[in-house]
Amino acid sequence: MDFLGSHAPELLPGNRPLPPVKGALEIPHGTTIVAASFPGGVVLAGDRRATMGNVIAQRDIEKVFPADEYSAVGIAGTAGLAVEMVKLFQLELEHFEKVEGVPLSLEGKANRLSTMIRSNLGMAMQGLAVVPLFAGWDADRQKGRIFSYDVTGGRSEEQGYAATGSGSLFARGALKKLFREDLTEEQATTLVVQALYDAADDDSATGGPDLARRIFPIVTVITDEGFRRLTEDQCSEIVRAIHERRLQEPDGPRAALL
Amino acid sequence: MSTPFYVSPQQAMADRAEYARKGIARGRSVVVLQYNDGVVFVAENPSRALHKVSEIYDRIAFAAVGKYNEFENLRIGGVRYADLRGYTYDRGDVTARGLANVYAQTLGTIFSSAGEKPYEVELIVAEVGEGPEDDQIYRLPHDGSIVDEHGSVAVGGNADQISNYLGQRHRDGMTLSEALKLAVESLARDTNGGERTLTAEQLEVAVLDRTRPQQRKFKRLLGRQLQRLLEDGPGADAAVAEEPEEGSGAE
Repeated sequence: MDFLGSHAPELLPGNRPLPPVKGALEIPHGTTIVAASFPGGVVLAGDRRATMGNVIAQRDIEKVFPADEYSAVGIAGTAGLAVEMVKLFQLELEHFEKVEGVPLSLEGKANRLSTMIRSNLGMAMQGLAVVPLFAGWDADRQKGRIFSYDVTGGRSEEQGYAATGSGSLFARGALKKLFREDLTEEQATTLVVQALYDAADDDSATGGPDLARRIFPIVTVITDEGFRRLTEDQCSEIVRAIHERRLQEPDGPRAALL
Repeated sequence: MSTPFYVSPQQAMADRAEYARKGIARGRSVVVLQYNDGVVFVAENPSRALHKVSEIYDRIAFAAVGKYNEFENLRIGGVRYADLRGYTYDRGDVTARGLANVYAQTLGTIFSSAGEKPYEVELIVAEVGEGPEDDQIYRLPHDGSIVDEHGSVAVGGNADQISNYLGQRHRDGMTLSEALKLAVESLARDTNGGERTLTAEQLEVAVLDRTRPQQRKFKRLLGRQLQRLLEDGPGADAAVAEEPEEGSGAE
């Protein structure tokens, strides 16, 4: 990154002059990302919709990416900028690993992402915010960890679960009621898809599972064996199971009242 | 003011080459061999921290002998070149050929510039392709030339002898274990014909494995895994190589 800064500064997102803006911009935005940890790892999932104002810009956008072998980043906000930020982030982690011979610590990765978001603050003030969710396996502490961010780069570690993006309010509600400390990996993946389902239920900018087109949320799992993205068949199975239940109970599983 | 002695350009270059060659010949060798699933790098290197073999990019790796600080410099330069290329264009646009050219330019410039001492290094840049016929191995001597190698190559002290040994015994389609054992045998031979035993702790081994599902094909073989490969099965590769390949020696 430092090298890029001195060698080819025009390639860095923070170094571009901002165009003057008149009125609301119609640029694709990504929406909801959720994460939940379980003993042995962490899952990170995202819906597939990108919106441009009230129009659906893309039905099958991918918003969850591997950052390196043991971490992943999911992005909400301006799609173009976010994808570029992720690309640069991936590059930086890989570059560090190759030059130093050892990968960055999970804390180091999370801090680095924080700086990158802060460098986008100018854009964010003009409505082009990028707000990611970062999750990874911490080899030192032997557990999965989740970090959330605000537009100024403020970083906070989340215990258990987290959500970001326009549907995050609803997703967080669902996660809060369904999350338990002792989830298995399968239960955790079901949990995040339930949360996305609820987000799509109440937020128009979040896309629900599209059974007709076979477009399912992206679900990724990070354990001590590294990053793994569930295949389309695995996602379809989870989604169908949930869908089947929701045909009887449209609001999803109910938590105990007391 | 004294007038410097006249030294003919030929003599000056020969002296510089001699200086670099001597520096390189002092160190232990590194060998690189093709096997059926990729390319294996084997170095005699007791240090766990200072690597002679390292990853450059998805399908490209680097091996070097000579002065550590000099080749480390070149390695970092290579990683930067590759990462910048890949970020600006596409990951597929980073090739061993391009990287070897950059190295050749750098080494050539340093070798012929009067102000600097020549680098005492010899490099290997290898890229693993979709199939064995797409693999590329380039050897870059200290003077900035490029040699396109096939099958097996050795650099460092004793490289001539090791290359000959490898050239006679290496064949296409060896398994990883066979190739690894051949490499270790070749490294274990002394200049005077004697044999030493090299244990897994004294070796630095890495592969570019085209069957690896990840984008990055480079992998270090360490500890148990390496031990297992070295012990695995009877030494089928001791049989006469049916297809001796070109294995020109290093200077």
